[in-house]
Amino acid sequence: MKIFVCIKQVPGVSEVKIDPKTNTLIRSGIPSIINPHDKHAIELGLTIKENHGGEVIAISMGPPQAEQALREALSMGVDKSYLLTDRAFAGADTLATSHTLALAIKKLLKELKKADPYLVICGTQAIDGDTAQVGPELAEELGIPQITYVLNFELKVDRIIVERVFRAEEIIIIETKLPALISVLKEINNPRKPGIKGIVDAYEKKKVVFWNSEDLKADKTEVGLNGSMTEVWKIFIPVRKGEHIKLTGTIDDMTNELVKNLKEDKVI
Amino acid sequence: MWVVAEHYKGIIHKVAYQLLAKGRELADILNVSLTLVILGDKFDALLDEFGEYGADKVIYVKSTLLKDYYSDLYVKTLTELISKRKPEIVLIGATPTGRDFAPRVAKRLNAGLTADCTGLDIEKETGNLMQTRPTFGGNIMATIRTPTSRPQLATVRPGIFKAVTCEKKKIKIIKLEKEYKEKDSVAKIVKIISKEKKKINLEDAEIIVAGGRGVGSKEGFKLIKELAEVLGAEMGGSRVTVELNWLDQDRQVGQTGKTVSPSLYIACGISGAIQHLVGMQNSGIIVAINRDGNAPIFNIAHYGIVGDLHEVIPVLIEKVKKAMLEE
Ligand SMILES: Cc1cc2nc3c(=O)[nH]c(=O)nc-3n(C[C@H](O)[C@H](O)[C@H](O)COP(=O)(O)OP(=O)(O)OC[C@H]3O[C@@H](n4cnc5c(N)ncnc54)[C@H](O)[C@@H]3O)c2cc1C
Ligand SMILES: Nc1ncnc2c1ncn2[C@@H]1O[C@H](COP(=O)(O)O)[C@@H](O)[C@H]1O
Repeated sequence: MKIFVCIKQVPGVSEVKIDPKTNTLIRSGIPSIINPHDKHAIELGLTIKENHGGEVIAISMGPPQAEQALREALSMGVDKSYLLTDRAFAGADTLATSHTLALAIKKLLKELKKADPYLVICGTQAIDGDTAQVGPELAEELGIPQITYVLNFELKVDRIIVERVFRAEEIIIIETKLPALISVLKEINNPRKPGIKGIVDAYEKKKVVFWNSEDLKADKTEVGLNGSMTEVWKIFIPVRKGEHIKLTGTIDDMTNELVKNLKEDKVI
Repeated sequence: MWVVAEHYKGIIHKVAYQLLAKGRELADILNVSLTLVILGDKFDALLDEFGEYGADKVIYVKSTLLKDYYSDLYVKTLTELISKRKPEIVLIGATPTGRDFAPRVAKRLNAGLTADCTGLDIEKETGNLMQTRPTFGGNIMATIRTPTSRPQLATVRPGIFKAVTCEKKKIKIIKLEKEYKEKDSVAKIVKIISKEKKKINLEDAEIIVAGGRGVGSKEGFKLIKELAEVLGAEMGGSRVTVELNWLDQDRQVGQTGKTVSPSLYIACGISGAIQHLVGMQNSGIIVAINRDGNAPIFNIAHYGIVGDLHEVIPVLIEKVKKAMLEE
C-alpha cells in the first residue's frame, strides 16, 4: 500500500514579524520547520508501514528550500520524497495548492500497475495559514472520502476505522474503505526523533525528487497565484480593543476598579 | 446570503444564530434576502423561530439519515443547492463539522473559501465580502476577498458575533425531502461516543482563569481554582505549570496547547511568552496580574494589576462575590 504524507514547510510561528513600513511579512532570517501537525502525519504513516507494510511517500509543495523539510521526513524514516517546486506554483491559495498536490499524487498512482488502495495523510492545519482546507480539497480532487480531525486510527486490510473530533464532548467513530484521506491532530501520536542512521540515509541513500509544472503537466491557470480564488487584500497587526489600563492604588482600589470595569464591559 | 446551520442531537449549533445576526447586517447592505439552510430531520416545528433571528427564508432539506452528520451527503446536497439557487455569499460555522464540508463544497464549485474568519464586511463598490481572519497563529490579521468567485464562502469562528433577536416576522419555508440511505454515503458512522467527563473544553469557555509559574506550587492553584469557581470559569495555565505537574495537560493554553478566545481571560503569574500569547490573544478582555510591571503580558492586557497574586486574588474573589450578589 502507498501512504502519501503531505507536509508543508512553515516559518516558526513565534518569530514572524511584520514590516511596519511595507506591511508585509519579514521572512528573512526566520527558521523554517515542518508544520507541527504534519510531523504527526509522518509518524502515523511510519507506524502503519511498520505494522502492515507499504511505502511512505512524503510530498511537499513549496520553494526549493522546502527540501530541508523533506530531508527531515526522510531521516524520520520516510521512503521517498517529492518536492513540487516552480515559480508558477508561488502565491497559491488552498484551491491551487490542493490541485498541485493532486496532480503529483495522480502521477504517482499512474505508475502503479494495478489500482492498489492507498491512503493520504495530512496534518489538520498548517500553523502559518491555519485554514485546514487543503486536506478536504485534495480528497475532493482525488475523488476519495476524507475524515478530518482524526484522533485515533486503525487499519483493517482495505478499510480504516478512525476516531474523529466531532463536538466538544463527543468523538465520532467512522469507517471507510480505502482509498481515503485523513487529516490528523497532534493528539494522535508522538513523532519520533530522527536517529543518526536515519539522518545519514536521508542524505546519502535517499533523495528528494524535484517536480516542476512541466513534470506535473500543470495548466498554468490552475496553479499558484493564477489558480487561486482568494486574494489577500491587506495584512495588519491586530489592534487591541479598548485601552490598556494599568490599575493603580492599593490592592483594594485596584480590585474594586477591575470588578467595576469588568461589569461595565459585561464580561461578568 | 445563506447561513448553513449544523446541529447535534436535534439542537442547532449556536453559531448559526450568531451568523444570522451578522448575515442580516450584511444582507441589508447588499439588499438581498437572508436564508438559513438546514440539512436534517425533525426540525419542522422549529423553523418559524428563525424569523426572530433575522432570517427571511429557510431551506430545509429533510432526510432521516441527516439527523447525523455525513460529510459526503452534506457536500453533495449543498453543492446541488448552491448550483441551483446561486447565493452570493454562504456563511458556515468554523466548527470541525463546518471545516470538514466547506472546503469540499468550495472545491466542487471551484469557489473561493476563507477559513475561520473573525470579521466580515462588505466592500460597498463591488459587493465583495471582506473576510478578516487571524493568520500566523494570530500574530497577524489578513483581510481576504474573492472577487472572481461566486458564491463567496466563509467559515466563521463561533463566539465572534452575537446572536440578536428581532421582531417576529413571517418567513418563507422551502422544504425538500430526500430519501438518503446509509449506502449513499461512502463513509459509515460506526458510533458517536461522549468523551470522558474529565476532558475539559477550554475552547468553548466564556471565562478562563489561567495560572503561570508565578502561582508557585500545585497548592497555589487552589486559589486559581477558587477564583475560577466564583466566576463560573474554566481553569487554564501556561506550559510551565503543566510541565511542573501543577495542572493537567489538557488545560495548557498556547502554541502547543489550546487556542482559546473567551470573553474574559485572567492571566495570573504568567509572563506572556509569545508561545502563550498566540493561544489566548484573541480573548475579548484580558486581565493580567503579575508582580513584574515589565512582564510582556501587560502589553496585551486590557487591565493590568501589578502585585503579588497571592495577595490580590483573595481580595478579588471577595469583590467578585459581592458584585455577583448585587445582580
Ligand atoms: C516550541 C515551544 C512551544 C511552547 N508552547 C507553549 C504553550 O503552548 N503554552 C505556554 O504557555 N508556553 C509555551 N512555551 C513556553 C513559553 O516559552 C514560556 O516558557 C511559558 O509560557 C512561561 O510560562 P509562565 O509565564 O508561567 O512562566 P514564567 O515565564 O516563568 O513567568 C512567571 C511570571 O510570574 C510572575 N510572578 C512570579 N511570582 C508571582 C507572584 N507571587 N505574583 C504575581 N506574579 C508572579 C513573574 O513576574 C513572571 O512574569 C513553549 C515554548 C517553546 C519553545
Ligand atoms: N504546500 C503544501 N505542501 C504539502 N502539503 C501541504 C501544503 N499545504 C498544506 N498541506 C497539507 O495540508 C494540511 C492543511 O494545511 P492548511 O489547509 O494550509 O491549513 C497541512 O497540514 C499539510 O498536510
